[in-house]
Amino acid sequence: MPPTARPLSPHLGIYRWQLTMTLSILHRATGIALAVGSLLVVALLLALASGPERYAQVQGFCASPFGLILLFGWSWSLCFHLCNGIRHLAWDTGWGFEIPKAYFTGWSVVLLSFAMTALIWICVYSRGGLT
Amino acid sequence: MSAAGNDLQTPLKRVRGLGSAKSGTHHFIVQRVTAVALIPLVLWSIWFALKLMHADYAHARALLHEPLNAVLSIAFVIALFWHAQLGVQVVLEDYVHTKWLEVSSQILVKFLCVLGALACVLAIVRVALA
Repeated sequence: MPPTARPLSPHLGIYRWQLTMTLSILHRATGIALAVGSLLVVALLLALASGPERYAQVQGFCASPFGLILLFGWSWSLCFHLCNGIRHLAWDTGWGFEIPKAYFTGWSVVLLSFAMTALIWICVYSRGGLT
Repeated sequence: MSAAGNDLQTPLKRVRGLGSAKSGTHHFIVQRVTAVALIPLVLWSIWFALKLMHADYAHARALLHEPLNAVLSIAFVIALFWHAQLGVQVVLEDYVHTKWLEVSSQILVKFLCVLGALACVLAIVRVALA
């Protein structure tokens, strides 16, 4: 880096909290949460390959209160990251940068992510929940 | 680079002819390509996970044993860990500024993602070929 002291843009604390920045931050946060959550995918598949005892252990963990909290969080993270990821891909094509559009797609992502999460858990509990 | 700042070359002059920084747009493009792949794969895996959730052990194995499910599962886990590694890499680049810590965490994340993908693929293949 050159030693020249350049003016820096102000950090987060100075801005009014708004939807677009919230979703941008959440996109990263949910991405990291999902990267950690992929460990559960590994655990589930390895257990399925290992035998019924291991599989029962993983199932038991998922159905425990702590497991359920993680699954709720991860399912919403997945829905949000998926919907907002599509929003990002639309931006990559150059579409949707106008402020009204960015807000419309932003709120759509919020609503859709909660609706998808609700749908997933309705499917889970309409058939007896996790065992 | 200890000479930086006290010789007469500008930073631009110093880097000219040394090629592009890192790997240009490759990371950006692969992140998008894996993202596009993950759209249908995630939707499919949610549906598949819901089916697994209500199956006992034998039925769950039978589901994963089906060739289409096995292939889509393998595609899903490879795209998942690839995309995860690329995403976490950017976060580490942005927030970890201690060089040795950044390099070692980048390598660690790469190793973990490759291990995760290999473990998943092995498990799926084992069930699929059983």
